[in-house]
Amino acid sequence: MKSYDLIIVGAGIIGTACADYASQQGLRVAIVEPGPIGGGATAAAMGHLVAMDDDPAELALANYSLGLWEDFTQVAQIEYNRCGTLWVASSDAEYAHIPEKIARLAAVGVQAELIDGEQLYRLEPALQRGLAGGMHVAREAVVYPPGMARHLLDRARARGALLYSQRVTAITQQGVQLDDQTSLAGSVLVATGCALPELLPQLPMRARKGHLVITDRYPGLIHHQLLELGYADSAHGDADSSVAFNVQPRPTGQILIGSSREYGSETSQVSMPMIQRMLERTFRYLPALRQLDALRIWTGFRPVSADGLPYLGRVPEHTNVWVAAGHEGLGITTSLGSARLVIDQWLGRAAAIDARPYDPARAVACV
Amino acid sequence: MTQVRINIDGHALDVPAGISVAAAIAQSQRPFRRSVSGHMRAPFCGMGICFECRVQIDGIAQQRSCMVSVRDGMQVVTDG
Amino acid sequence: MAKRYDIVIVGAGPAGLAAAEAALAQGARVAWLDAQSAAGGQVWRKDIRYGWPRQAARVITEVVNHPHATWMPQTQVIAAEQNALLLQNEREGWRITYGSLILATGARELLLPFPGWTLPGITGAGGLQALVKQGWPLDGRRVVIAGSGPLLLAAAVTAKRHGAHVLGIYEQASDAAVHGFARKLWRWPGKALQAAVLRSQLAGIPYHCGSIVTRALGEHALERIEIDGPHGTQRIECDQLAIGYGLVPNVELAQMLGCAMKQEGAHPCVDVDTSQRTSVTNIYAAGELCGIGGRDCAWLEGRIAGLVAAGADIDASLLRQQRHARTFAAALREHFKLDPYIHDLAQPDTLICRCEDVPLQALKDYDDARSAKLATRCGMGACQGRICGTALAELGLFPRSGQRPPLFPARLASLGELASSSETEGSFS
Repeated sequence: MKSYDLIIVGAGIIGTACADYASQQGLRVAIVEPGPIGGGATAAAMGHLVAMDDDPAELALANYSLGLWEDFTQVAQIEYNRCGTLWVASSDAEYAHIPEKIARLAAVGVQAELIDGEQLYRLEPALQRGLAGGMHVAREAVVYPPGMARHLLDRARARGALLYSQRVTAITQQGVQLDDQTSLAGSVLVATGCALPELLPQLPMRARKGHLVITDRYPGLIHHQLLELGYADSAHGDADSSVAFNVQPRPTGQILIGSSREYGSETSQVSMPMIQRMLERTFRYLPALRQLDALRIWTGFRPVSADGLPYLGRVPEHTNVWVAAGHEGLGITTSLGSARLVIDQWLGRAAAIDARPYDPARAVACV
Repeated sequence: MTQVRINIDGHALDVPAGISVAAAIAQSQRPFRRSVSGHMRAPFCGMGICFECRVQIDGIAQQRSCMVSVRDGMQVVTDG
Repeated sequence: MAKRYDIVIVGAGPAGLAAAEAALAQGARVAWLDAQSAAGGQVWRKDIRYGWPRQAARVITEVVNHPHATWMPQTQVIAAEQNALLLQNEREGWRITYGSLILATGARELLLPFPGWTLPGITGAGGLQALVKQGWPLDGRRVVIAGSGPLLLAAAVTAKRHGAHVLGIYEQASDAAVHGFARKLWRWPGKALQAAVLRSQLAGIPYHCGSIVTRALGEHALERIEIDGPHGTQRIECDQLAIGYGLVPNVELAQMLGCAMKQEGAHPCVDVDTSQRTSVTNIYAAGELCGIGGRDCAWLEGRIAGLVAAGADIDASLLRQQRHARTFAAALREHFKLDPYIHDLAQPDTLICRCEDVPLQALKDYDDARSAKLATRCGMGACQGRICGTALAELGLFPRSGQRPPLFPARLASLGELASSSETEGSFS
C-alpha cells in the first residue's frame, strides 16, 4: 500500500491550497480528484478577493488570506487584477453605515475609504445616477480561480505530490480506498466542499446554488468589482432565495454578473426566473448593461456549514481525519489562510490566527 | 436599387438598401475586427454562427455584421 | 402575457416552410421564426439581386402572407422553458408558448482548421454564398472553391453569377468516388437534373478531385493557397477562398429541450421516429438536424412533421419518398467521405478556437472539453464552441460539451425582462 503523510481528497481551490502548503512544509502528499482540477465550486466562482466585515472570525481569516494572496499577483494563469472593490450605497441609510464598516476593516488593517455620490460617478461613470455614495477598498482584487487551483496543484506536484484521478469510496482505518480498489495509507484531509457528507456525514453541509452571467468583451465600461452594500444581507441571510447586485470586470473586458443565492435547488439547471431577478437588480445600478450580449450563464453550489464558517481542523472521533470545507461564498478569498490553519494544526504548530471558531467539533456537538 | 447612406469609421458610404452590414464593410474595403490576440479577422461562416464579423453598430459593440441589414444613418465602427 | 400558438416552427428553410405550409392547410395557427431576415433558410436564401429561387418564391410568399401564420424574421431562440420559448430580435425580447413545436434548425457548415484558415478572405463555401447573396462584392475577384460535396458546385455558380472569376473547384473526394456518385444519381431524378443544371452553369470552371487545400498564406489577408492534389502541390494566387467540408446538424436547441440524440459520424443529430417525433412530447424535428439529408429530404420531413403536429394523417407514399430521399444522403456520405489527411492539417500553432485564439498545442494535455475550456478558454467565446467544438469532434479529440442558455449570445435586456418578476425597476433617490 502506498503511504503518504497526507492524502487530500478534492482538488478544488481548498484542496490544492492545502496540497501546496503541505508539500512546501515537506509533507509527502497525495491528492485525489476524479474530475477536472478546480472544476466544482472553484470553476463556478466569481473569484473576488474580498474582506467582509460582518463576522469577526470570517474577517480574520479573510484578512490573513488576502496577505498570502500577495505572493501570487504576478502569476499569469491566475489573472490577478487589483481592480479594487466599490461597495455602492443606494440610500442615505446605507451610506450612514459606511463609517462603521470602515472602522471594523481598519481594525484588522484593511484600508477602505468613504466616497460621496460625485466621487462614485468619477470612479464608475456607468452607474445609475442618484446613488448615495460608497466605500472603496482599493487593494482588493479579482482572480481566475481554476487557474489558481491548477497553479497550486502544479507547485505541489513539482515538490513530489501525487495526483490520483480516482474517486475516494471510503475512509478506512489506514487512509482511503479508491474506486479502482487501490488503498492509500496516511492522514486524510477531506476538502470536497458540497460533497463532504459523502465521506463525513457527521458534518452538516448544505449546498447553496448561485447563478452567474458573463458577457462578451466590452473593455472599459466598468473598472471595479461592484457590490451593493445590501450584499451582506443576501449573503448572510437565510432566505430560501435572494439576489444582490454584484458585477465584476474581467481582465478580458468581459463583465461577470452575479449574484443569486438559493437553497433547495439540487439541479445545476439554469433558472430563467432567477436570471431575470438578478439582471433586473443589476439594471437598477448599471442600466448600460441592458444592451450588452451575454455569452454564457452557469450555476454552481456554495458549500455552507452549520454556522456559515468553514470547518478547518481535525474531525472529532477520528484521530487521523481532517477537514477543510464549508466556505460558502468566500472559499477563493480564504483558501490560502484555510490551508495554513489546517496544515499548521496537523503539524502541531500554533496557527497564525485563532483556530477555534473553525473547529469542526462545534458542528458535531450540535447534531 | 434604392441607396442608403451609412457611416463606417467616419466615412460616409452610399450602399444599396437591404445589403448586410458585412457586405457594406467589404464594399468600403475597411477591415472588420481584430481577434483577442490582435490578428485581423473577417466574416467566415456568413450565417451568424462564427461571430468573426462582429463590429460596433450604432454604439453597441459585438454585433454580427452578417446578420444585420444596413439602415439609413447607421453608424458602424470596426477594429481597423 | 406570453402569446400562444398551436404550432411554433423554428427555422424557415425547406423543412420549416414545408411544415408551415402543411400545418396551415390543416387550419392550425402557426408561428414561424428564423434568425435571418428573409425566409428560405440557407439553401433558398434570398439573393439581393436575384430574389428567391423560383420554386421557393411561391411557397414562401404564400406562407408569409397566410392569415393564420405569424412570421418572425431576424428572431432567435435564446432560451427554452416548459412549453415556452424565449425569443429576441433586434429590438426586444419576448416569450411565446406552443401546443407543438417543430424544430427545423437545419445545418451549418463543417469548417475545419488548417494553417492560415483565420485569414480575412477565407470563408465557408456556403458561407461565401450567403455573404454574396446579401451584397458581398465579388466582381472581378479571384475565387477558389474548395472542400467537399455538391455544395461546392452551388457556391461556384453563385460566385460566378455575381461576377467572380472562379479559378477552380477543388474537391477532396477522389475522382473515382465522385464519378461513382454521379453514376448513382439516376436513382434520384431530381438530383440528376439539378446536377446537370449546375454543370451547365459552371461551364469553364475547372473541377479537380482528390485536391486538398493544405495552407493559406497572406500578411493581413489571403494572398495565396497551397493545394495537394493527384499531381503534387500547387500554389494559387487568389483573393477569396470558400472552403467547406460538408454540413453539421444544428442540434443545440433540441439538446436544450432535452430531445434524445444519436450520432452521425462525429456529430450528434436528433433522434426521431417515422412521424418526425422527438423523444419529448409535442416536439418534432425535421430536416438536416435529424441527420444531413439534403433539401428534398428536409422538405418531405417538414411536411410530415407539419401534418402530424396538426393532427392530420400522413399517407404511405409521403413516408416512402422520405425514406428514398434519406438513401440519397447515405450515398452522399459514402462518396464524399473525408480523407483522414484533412484531420491532420492543423499544426501545433494553428488556432483551433478562433474566438479566444487557442492553438492546437494548448489542447494536447486535455481529454475533455470542460477541462480544456477551464484551462485554455477554448470554446469560451462568442460562438459558444460551435466552430471549435465541432472541429474538435470531427478531428477525434473531444466532443463539444452540452448547451445551456443562452442558446446564442443574447442581450441582457432580453434575458432580464422577459417575465413578470418580483422586483420592479426604479431609479434611486
